[in-house]
Amino acid sequence: MTPTIKVENLRVSIPLAAGVLHAVRGISFEVAKGETLCLVGESGCGKSLTSLALMDLLPSRAKREADRIELDGADLLKLGERDMAKVRGSTMAMIFQEPMTSLNPAYTIGNQLEEGIRLHKGVSASEARERAVYLLEKVGITGASSRLGQYPHQLSGGLRQRVMIAMALMCGPDLLICDEPTTALDVTIQAQILHLLKDLQREFDMAVILITHDLGIVARVADRVAVMYAGEIIESGDVDEIFSRPTHPYTQGLMNCIPVPGKTAYGERLGTIPGIVPSMIGEMTGCAFANRCAYAEDICLKTLTTRELVPNHAVRCVRAEEVAALNAGLDTATASAGSPA
Amino acid sequence: MLVYTAKRILLAILVSLTVSALVFSLLYLSGDPATALAGERASQADIMAIRAAYGFDQPVYVQYFKWLAGAVQGEFGESVYFRLPVIDLILERLPVTMTLGVCAMIFALALSIPLGVLAAMYPNSLIDRAALLLAVVGQAMPSFWFALMLIVLFAYWVPILPASGSDSWQHFVLPTIVLGYYATPAFMRLTRTGLLDVLSSDYVRTARAKGLRPAKVLFKHALRNAIIPVVSLAAVQFGFMLTGSIIIETVFALHGAGFLAWESISRSDFPTVQAVLLLFSWFYIILTFLADLLNAWLNPRIRVA
Repeated sequence: MTPTIKVENLRVSIPLAAGVLHAVRGISFEVAKGETLCLVGESGCGKSLTSLALMDLLPSRAKREADRIELDGADLLKLGERDMAKVRGSTMAMIFQEPMTSLNPAYTIGNQLEEGIRLHKGVSASEARERAVYLLEKVGITGASSRLGQYPHQLSGGLRQRVMIAMALMCGPDLLICDEPTTALDVTIQAQILHLLKDLQREFDMAVILITHDLGIVARVADRVAVMYAGEIIESGDVDEIFSRPTHPYTQGLMNCIPVPGKTAYGERLGTIPGIVPSMIGEMTGCAFANRCAYAEDICLKTLTTRELVPNHAVRCVRAEEVAALNAGLDTATASAGSPA
Repeated sequence: MLVYTAKRILLAILVSLTVSALVFSLLYLSGDPATALAGERASQADIMAIRAAYGFDQPVYVQYFKWLAGAVQGEFGESVYFRLPVIDLILERLPVTMTLGVCAMIFALALSIPLGVLAAMYPNSLIDRAALLLAVVGQAMPSFWFALMLIVLFAYWVPILPASGSDSWQHFVLPTIVLGYYATPAFMRLTRTGLLDVLSSDYVRTARAKGLRPAKVLFKHALRNAIIPVVSLAAVQFGFMLTGSIIIETVFALHGAGFLAWESISRSDFPTVQAVLLLFSWFYIILTFLADLLNAWLNPRIRVA
């Protein structure tokens, strides 16, 4: 099956006074129909820029390069601005992090929902309205037809995010990119929105790229995970595989930061990753995580390769196998220490 | 929206009353008006006669309410200097001031908004810098000097436009440029700043993510929000153009209402001064009210306030 989106060696660089900032440094991934890929990483790791690069909505100073970005088999790199605009919002749609500010305060919800589909599909006003009401109901907004006349400031954050989701689905996109869709919402609403996204994905059979820094969200919605660090995907694979056998030291560090119910004792300190993210200005040799890595050796500063441990589990680390073996040993050790003699 | 409008109207009425009281009290600021009117060599009997004739012997609040009642009906008494009803004097002069104000406003907006938009779309570009230069020059140059330079240039060296008078549309070209150019920098910078702000906003990104054409993103989603502060400023500036055009009217010998106010102040023609002041103040209040309504239409969040 051909993937809905296929990205090869995507790079985003931003020229600054101090030099060129390589924000995204050669990442590749693909997402199939009905599949959810979670891009996970900390602030500044390049995950949002990746999503904007796919939409070709990067800030004007940022430069996008890639070997290939294919959507439904069509090469997006070859499209001019005018043709790209036809793709945006129709076959590829995006939901943003800030529902409070992502809707235009000057226009009604209906107006903003309908303008995209009227442009892309050339439908009549009443057809667009019908579709808007249908989708507002789908995203769980009651009294949908009366909501169309409301302005964004009359809706709560959760409702606005639902409107944003409905808006993204207006033209029936094949790929939905969600950039931290629940970060600005409170926890109960988060759960509802994630649930909703999952249901809608199933119903509309879309490929979904979900960007988050929250491993809890990843565990809940992802089919596959790509962990990003300093502009690179450092580990990727099926969600169960990544959660049961995190191999890259950074992924392991992330996992250690999460309290586990029943395992983490009350008052116990959660794990942290020592050190800070390296500057991404200028060229970088070797592994970007080496300066913070407990397993780092001289070779890590010179070379960097991606190793596939098992099918569908790739780790960008020269010592991936050794680290994996060490961990496996550690696991057996703790398991035997924990079991009664 | 109805509640909002009603509130604004009530506020406008309150402000009008306050202003009218202030304008009326101006009469007594420079001492006894009867003495001033009677002149230096007047006898006590003359002063008493004038005081009785103008009603200065009545209690102040009675005078105020009589004056206000007259003003509301367009009755401002007789000009001390011209011996004509004040309202006739003003009505005769007002068209000149209005024409000049409206033309200058249109000129200023037509010049500043496109420039502001271009400057915001291409920040730090050549066009942005040129617009900035235009703004700095406009802000720094005294308008009377600019007026004189234009007269030298277009009425003397290249005589294609008249230097003074108000008989034809050509007479209004130079005054319009001078008065309009004075207001241009503020409009332009405000448009630029507002638009730059809005263009980097999340909802503009949403609009782009929908695949809307750049022109639609700019005009529908960005400019409408960016223009809100410009509307408020335009109302104030328009009031200023009408009332503050005294210098321009003097330089170009345009006999407008601003010129009348200036003449009347120097002649102690207090009924005329009061009338012009009050009318201009009311005009300001009405403009502000209209700007509030326009802003409420542009920005739905204001309507509920």
